[in-house]
Amino acid sequence: MNYQPSDFLPIFVQLAAAMGFIVFTMIVTHILGPRRSTKLKDEAFECGIESQGDARTPISIKYFLVAILFVLFDIEIVFMYPWAVNFKQLSWTGFWEMAVFMGLLLAGFVYVIKKGILKWEK
Amino acid sequence: MEVSNYWYFLSGLTLLSALMVVLSKNPIHSVLYLVFTFFCISGHYVLLNAQFLMAVNIIVYAGAIMVLFLFVIMMFDLKKNIPDSKTNLTKLAGTVVAGSVLVILVAAFRTIQYPTPDESTFNPNNGMVENLGKVLYSEYLLPFELVTVLFFVAMVGSVMLGKREVGDRNF
Amino acid sequence: MEPTNTLFMAKAVIILVVFAITLGVAAYSTYFERKIAAFMQDRVGPDRAGPFGILQPLADAVKMFMKEDFIPSHANKWLFIMGPCLSMLTALMTSAVIPFGDTVTVAGVTFDLQGIDVNIGILWVFGIVSLGVYGILIGGWASNNKYALLGGIRAASQNISYELAMGLSIIAILMFSGSLSTKTIVEAQQNGHWNIFYQPLGFIIFIVCAFAECNRTPFDLPECETELIGGYHTEYSSMKLGFYLFAEYINMFISGAVMATLFFGGYDYPGYEFVANKLGETPAAFIGAGALIGKALFFVFVFMWVRWTLPRFRYDQLMNLGWTGLIPLSIYNVLVTGIGILSGQPIIAGIAGFVLLILGLIIYDQLTVKKKIA
Repeated sequence: MNYQPSDFLPIFVQLAAAMGFIVFTMIVTHILGPRRSTKLKDEAFECGIESQGDARTPISIKYFLVAILFVLFDIEIVFMYPWAVNFKQLSWTGFWEMAVFMGLLLAGFVYVIKKGILKWEK
Repeated sequence: MEVSNYWYFLSGLTLLSALMVVLSKNPIHSVLYLVFTFFCISGHYVLLNAQFLMAVNIIVYAGAIMVLFLFVIMMFDLKKNIPDSKTNLTKLAGTVVAGSVLVILVAAFRTIQYPTPDESTFNPNNGMVENLGKVLYSEYLLPFELVTVLFFVAMVGSVMLGKREVGDRNF
Repeated sequence: MEPTNTLFMAKAVIILVVFAITLGVAAYSTYFERKIAAFMQDRVGPDRAGPFGILQPLADAVKMFMKEDFIPSHANKWLFIMGPCLSMLTALMTSAVIPFGDTVTVAGVTFDLQGIDVNIGILWVFGIVSLGVYGILIGGWASNNKYALLGGIRAASQNISYELAMGLSIIAILMFSGSLSTKTIVEAQQNGHWNIFYQPLGFIIFIVCAFAECNRTPFDLPECETELIGGYHTEYSSMKLGFYLFAEYINMFISGAVMATLFFGGYDYPGYEFVANKLGETPAAFIGAGALIGKALFFVFVFMWVRWTLPRFRYDQLMNLGWTGLIPLSIYNVLVTGIGILSGQPIIAGIAGFVLLILGLIIYDQLTVKKKIA
């Protein structure tokens, strides 16, 4: 199979269609709808209770840690794609190579779990 | 259209969006422009027929690292941290550093010798994932395994960074 | 016209047809969701707009368009508009790499029923899906509302967590097909060698992740009404809200099509060879496209079925399942599959792995239960 950069050209048709649809819809809904603004309506909707403080408060560090770990694991998974594609040619050698890789990955994973980083109930 | 025309168009777009990353006031806008910049760079990978790199660039940079950036920006209280870092001294220092990097880059590019590909042995599908895997898991096996150690260290580091101090506010 | 130009036109037509089908299916999913919900709860469901209420999606669309396009004064205006648009854009861009059928010949032009057949096929889907986070996160943040921000951040955390297990569950499939191209993956499954028979565990992991990626019940924590009002779209109205909801239905259809492609033979159906011999390649390929869409619609039905059957998870349960449950499970799956392929007995290894897993879970459960009692 011979892959070319031009294989990607039709994607621009899809991009154009998607963008066209989105822009068209946004403009039409903006024109069609009524516009009535009141002071109460402008406030943040919190079930009628008066809003206290700023909405953009610092969030839990847990989310941040999940994002960092996600980046790390994502890169490790990306490394596995070329391996999986060549799996049959690499045979047992490749299998053990990846077993070592996964062993280290799991070691890090166990460390993270033991440290309680992914414990959300606390 | 000629391939070089695509290249010029993409490069212009890349530079423009990269400039917008620096120039936009709102950090979230910057992140969005940066994502767009990564897409343009992925476009360059497509032109080089390195499709796997293109996908990885989108998945890792645009899909993972930029999400982390967004999280960090959202975690900061933007209004309280009025940047006091924009004094004249820091501006001057930034200009000097960036200027010297530019000089070094220009000097490097002037002396560099571009190897021309040998047309008889050139394989346009070199950048495909199959060929990449063959090289990575035979010639570059040791660096590949060492990368895991690096990841392990990074994991430990992030855990240490994120350890909760007593009395921190969280919800 | 030059042959490359005609081919490009053919591809453009395919993409536009698939685009239209996606939008149509997504619109009618809203109707069928309500009908199915009504059936499961022994109600009638929407029945006013047209016979059996089949014009309901149109009525909904008109209503959405006529609503006020409201932007709260405290929100970041452009980011507020950007959020739903990004969500919609990422939902609409994935369908190009899905192979809807084999080679067809229409008006003397021979082409595949697929938008783009690229070397990285399935990674394109993953790349775009991983960008789906932005729409929700930015919309939630721009609303400047506590509930919206929490919903957006929850959604982002959940999506990235389940993306990992999803990526890992694909690897076992790639080991069979030896290619990232969706076309090759489907071709490797022809004549009934569907991946589901070799990869039951991989499929279970994938479908759970698909539920989480689409923010569907039981994983719809980002828009959990009891905790967060409307979640990330609390402040949204008119078609901007419509985009968020619509994007969810499009994602459901696309993930159904991806599941059909990866695990259920894509456009393959029993008797494909027979039909191809009797009627020719082209009609067989078009029936195949119908088969793929049918499979995808079945998965859309499963999504709805589950929604009205299972209660919602708690957020800590959700994250625990994603990280400590699915990721080790999918690594286990990759190893078992590897042993199976290399020893030449993929089916036996698959079943043995599955049985071992169940046994291990039962033993683990027994041990922990005893601990809890003692």
